[in-house]
Amino acid sequence: MEWNWTFAFAILPHLLEGAKTTILATFLGFLIAIVLGLAMALGRRSQQPWIARAVGLCADFIRGTPLLVQLYVLFFVLPNMGVVLSPLVAGVIGLGLHNATYIAEVYRAGIESISRGQWEASKACNLGISQTWRHIIIPQAIPPMIPALANYLIAMFKETPLLSAITVYEIMGEALGAASRTYRYLEPVTMVGVFFLIISLVCAYFARVIEERVRIHQ
Amino acid sequence: MIESLSLILKGLQTTLALTVFSLTLALGVSFLAGLGRLSKNSVVRATVIAYIEFFRGTSLFVQLFWAFYVLPFMGVELSPMQAAVLALGLNYGAYGAEVVRGSVNAIGRDQWEGCVALNLTPFQRLRHVIIPQAIVIMLPPFGNLAVTLLKSTAIASLIALPDLTYQAQLVRNQTGQTLLPFAIIMIIYFAVSTFIKSGIQIAERRLTIGADRAQPARSI
Repeated sequence: MEWNWTFAFAILPHLLEGAKTTILATFLGFLIAIVLGLAMALGRRSQQPWIARAVGLCADFIRGTPLLVQLYVLFFVLPNMGVVLSPLVAGVIGLGLHNATYIAEVYRAGIESISRGQWEASKACNLGISQTWRHIIIPQAIPPMIPALANYLIAMFKETPLLSAITVYEIMGEALGAASRTYRYLEPVTMVGVFFLIISLVCAYFARVIEERVRIHQ
Repeated sequence: MIESLSLILKGLQTTLALTVFSLTLALGVSFLAGLGRLSKNSVVRATVIAYIEFFRGTSLFVQLFWAFYVLPFMGVELSPMQAAVLALGLNYGAYGAEVVRGSVNAIGRDQWEGCVALNLTPFQRLRHVIIPQAIVIMLPPFGNLAVTLLKSTAIASLIALPDLTYQAQLVRNQTGQTLLPFAIIMIIYFAVSTFIKSGIQIAERRLTIGADRAQPARSI
């Protein structure tokens, strides 16, 4: 099969339209993941042992099962219980929920990397709990988390093609749509691959720059 | 109900076979590429870097579809199983190569110098001194990769490989039940990933017996 440039240019607008959805889904999913991840990380540190254990078990379960199956549950099972989500909403929630369990571990590692001395010194200085978090712990815990968070953002970006399985028209969905209409898979699938490769290489470069900045600041 | 269960169990066989085959390919490729990354030959190094960046940069999903739909037009006809093993093995091999490289690099210079002093050949150095120590460091990240690979096998259902996820969809279409098939396969996936994790922990404990270095930090 020969590469056909005319066909490639013909489907390009569709793919770019899909790329917008891909990027939108990535960022919305990431937003959910960083917020839910924080809730999970705090839940695991709860004083109430049963809360900590329940949150831990849920996180382990989500982390131990495939994202694709979770998307199917959100998209096919929830409507039977009266919760109807649009494909994009289901996809973004699934993506965010799945990655929140990983990001919770990033938070946990970041918080645990603060030495006990900092907590004890805060107590000695008579700082309240919220003051300790706000002024002592969080400012020190966040910089080392940034490279790891950036990695998860890139990983989530590469997971978004899964959303095409629940009929989200992101870039892969558009490509497969074009392919099944014309029986030409070479151009659409290759172009999606090139799209991911370019963005991943650019992101990997920026992630390295950020990582170096963070190292200098420490 | 019993019919549904037997369909799902058949899917489990496919999922397990796919996991084992692609894990084997990924392990082989990881070592080849990971050691190639450390080679003195710049051509080998550049080839390996290109391979790693390519497979980590383009999404696994895209690679799978490429292997299944585009390769036949180039004269390479693959069954869904072969395409899935190829895509998963090469993709996770690229991630594994970085694990191998990192672990070998973590072995101190003194070990390499000791090998030279003992007049060991390059192969003997790796085989008897470096790899046995590096494997202990590799185990936790490889365990994580294995669990991620298991979860990724679900996407092979999209190229009509009758694995757990595919069979659950089949049951859904045949019986109209949605919660039950998905709940069952989620529990199965969770059980298998827990099994892999505990297997890695046992192996870690075995391999660190008698090791004088402190237990390496576990990655997430």
